[in-house]
Amino acid sequence: MKNYDIIIIGGGVIGCMTARALSRFDLKVLLIEQESDIGMGASSANSAIIHAGHDPMPGSLKAEMNRIANPMWDQISTELGISFRRCGAYIVAIGEDEFGCLTALKERSDSNGVTSEIISAEEMRRREPLVNPAVSGALFTPTAGMVDPFAACVASIENAIQNGVEVLTETAFTGFIMEGKTITGIHTNQGDFACRWVVNAAGTYSDEVMHAAETCQDFKITPRRGEYYLLDKAEIEMNNILFPVPSAVSKGILVLGSTHGNVLVGPNSQSTEDKENKSVTSEGLAEIWQGAQKLVPSISPRSVIAMFAGLRATGNAACLTPGVNYNNDFVIERSVEVNGLINLAGIESPGLTAAPAIAQRVIELLQDSGETLIDKQNWNPIRPARPHFNHMNREEQADLVAKDPRYGRIVCRCEMITEGEIIAEIHAPLPARTYDAIKRRTWLGTGRCLGSFDMPRVVDILAHELNLPATAISKKGAGSEFLQRQTKEVEA
Amino acid sequence: MTIKVRYDVVVIGSGPGGLAAAIAAKKNGAQDVLIIERDIEPGGILLQCIHNGFGVEVFKQDLPGPSYAQRFINEAFQVGVEFLLDTMVLNITRDHRIAATSKRHGFFTIQAKAVVLAMGCRERTRAQVRLPGTRPSGVFTAGTAQRWVNVEGYMPGKNFVILGSGDIGMIMARRLTFEGAKVERVLEVMPYLSGLTRNYVQCLMDFDIELQLKHTVKNIIGKNRVEAIEAVAVDDRWNYIPGTEEIIPCDTLLLSVGLIPENELSRQAGVLIDPVTAGPFVDDGFQTNIPGIYSAGNVVHVYDLVDWVTEAGLIAGRSAARLVQKGPQLNSKTIPVKAGENVRYVVPHNLNPDHLAEDDIRIQMRVRQPIEAPVWVEVRIGGNLLHRKAEPYARPGEMVTIPLKPAHLDEVKAASELTVAIVKR
Repeated sequence: MKNYDIIIIGGGVIGCMTARALSRFDLKVLLIEQESDIGMGASSANSAIIHAGHDPMPGSLKAEMNRIANPMWDQISTELGISFRRCGAYIVAIGEDEFGCLTALKERSDSNGVTSEIISAEEMRRREPLVNPAVSGALFTPTAGMVDPFAACVASIENAIQNGVEVLTETAFTGFIMEGKTITGIHTNQGDFACRWVVNAAGTYSDEVMHAAETCQDFKITPRRGEYYLLDKAEIEMNNILFPVPSAVSKGILVLGSTHGNVLVGPNSQSTEDKENKSVTSEGLAEIWQGAQKLVPSISPRSVIAMFAGLRATGNAACLTPGVNYNNDFVIERSVEVNGLINLAGIESPGLTAAPAIAQRVIELLQDSGETLIDKQNWNPIRPARPHFNHMNREEQADLVAKDPRYGRIVCRCEMITEGEIIAEIHAPLPARTYDAIKRRTWLGTGRCLGSFDMPRVVDILAHELNLPATAISKKGAGSEFLQRQTKEVEA
Repeated sequence: MTIKVRYDVVVIGSGPGGLAAAIAAKKNGAQDVLIIERDIEPGGILLQCIHNGFGVEVFKQDLPGPSYAQRFINEAFQVGVEFLLDTMVLNITRDHRIAATSKRHGFFTIQAKAVVLAMGCRERTRAQVRLPGTRPSGVFTAGTAQRWVNVEGYMPGKNFVILGSGDIGMIMARRLTFEGAKVERVLEVMPYLSGLTRNYVQCLMDFDIELQLKHTVKNIIGKNRVEAIEAVAVDDRWNYIPGTEEIIPCDTLLLSVGLIPENELSRQAGVLIDPVTAGPFVDDGFQTNIPGIYSAGNVVHVYDLVDWVTEAGLIAGRSAARLVQKGPQLNSKTIPVKAGENVRYVVPHNLNPDHLAEDDIRIQMRVRQPIEAPVWVEVRIGGNLLHRKAEPYARPGEMVTIPLKPAHLDEVKAASELTVAIVKR
């Protein structure tokens, strides 16, 4: 049985950032992910915002983690070579009735220690000409930003791998190996692994991991599904993040210009018992459109080029701060019921923002329990970014193609993704082995044709580079293969 | 080949429109004519259209797509058109500077005296018709499936449901049946066929494949691969009719829900796009609003027959050659052509009466509502009839054409605009 100091269950942004944080120490670390790739859960479908922290309940762990993590993103994005734009965000009041809410939001923002200012309707219209003309004012939070959440997962796990962390995909946790009240390993569908610590970063399944250790029986994840729609760059251009005045359950349906240049609208919020139900619905579409058009009346469902849904890992943990009445807080704890378990559970929004602070907190929890963490001598925090043809100017493009002609062949016409980029991802530290893995890393197939043009070509490249038959190439892992057989193959 | 710095005419795309434009440009006196094609061989989408039905108008022969394309590829080589294959155009400026890249030639820019846009069209996707449900593997556009089956030699599934009665969808229903797949159903949200009647007869009826009009997909089911779709009947306003839901088990959903002209490069060059056709506003010589930038074929509007695409390419190529030799025609008055009663759109958007002096000008349109009875196709000036033509019926899936003749020249010259209409006889 292979032996590790620490096994992380779950390769979302929390698991990946934790792996990276632990990679700086002299520890043997394994991350397991049940899907075919990292970042396929909530990390693959969210609003891509680094929140300022105005919204969480003051005194909650959410508010604390958000506040600590927000300033960390400048350094992290630089070290990991991912795009991050600290553009600020607006909570927009529409009509005079909503204007009053801004004062309460400003107070909440102040008590969370977050900088914000109320700006006039005129100023809001000046900064975002597409905003509803009925705007009555807005709360501006300048420290909010925008990041590519897939890139954050990929870059942090790659950096962890560079520094010695091992990763196993398609490896599902099935139970703990215990000696009395002490965890000594885990069972998975790929065999058993021994370890001294388990970090539970299992997202929507984090409650089941807790229960497998016979702990936290009252804790329950009830996922909330959020649907999103991505709009054609050619139809609408916007650089700002616009929130509505929030409701009791969520920050509401927002409209933002993503780091890729597309406008993103969503999410709604629907509780579900099904941890896999990531379907989009016609009711959701109607709801999102109503919300989005309240902020930006000119946007039209006609310019939709992609739609998807994500599941928020909403938990039911009470806030531990005395006097704060809040029951959906993060769980970031060393289990007191068993030895060797750290739970990172109920991590919904602002989970992406909070990820680097949560990873840092894991280190503190280990140290608090007497673990001596020794720095690796040769730890390298820099993950070199790979070239993105479409983000370069003409001179840089010419240079790149001159160096490696594979960057001269465009495979995805809408997003201008080259063969060179695809091949680089297939042979990256964490190899991209499915169509969707390449899509998340390059943004290929996300344009107007939604991959209709590139799909046969990418399947061909994957088959060639992985030395597999084309029929073995899948969209997102086993069972999602594109092709059934060759045309002239006789059916058995 | 070596890439020159300057060309008389550069054609973007080597489908039927691009090939015809390049040949016509060369034959009408342009010297250096280049086609840039992103695929590894010329022919465009015709190469995957291995069914027949091509060339009835142009050659009076019924040819498969690749054979039709090959005739023009051969002619293009004969007349000395140059080709750059496996090359993607990144950008075109309004003064005709073209930036492109390829694995073989790297990144380069060239200058053209005239440009013909012939990028064709792309298929509408699941997101554009906003189909609800999960996002498994097995939801493909009909054209992607066609490429897999006919070019790459792979079957993308066993049991198919096809949404949309577009021509590619119906043709794929037959093709997949030939290859041993089962096509469970073709669903069409409209109360009428969106492709050609002949494809309904030859591809669906002949193979006992059921077509359900006024039906759509309400839900896509399956985590990794499509497991089933939920079909539903719709009313006249496309609302689901409760109680009509039906689960159809299948592993693949093909979409044949419309084509959209591919005009990203055109937009970058400043070409104005008609929101109805999704293609450029053009005159009768297929010049766009940008002088010296022409467009031909499905990039202008989606045709029903390749023969018309070829004809449009020939006109655009001839116009481009004329510009290269004679320079821009200044001060020529153009007359707008407007879509009138029961016409969804009309091409060209305006015409130059001087051209009518030389030759017929074909006006092409799509009807708004089907008329299953004899109709008049009319060209009007104000309230007065200029010219009309009888047709046995008018269907949205089939383009309607009416030629203007040199005999109409005087009246057209005096007109402030022309209007076309399709009315019951």
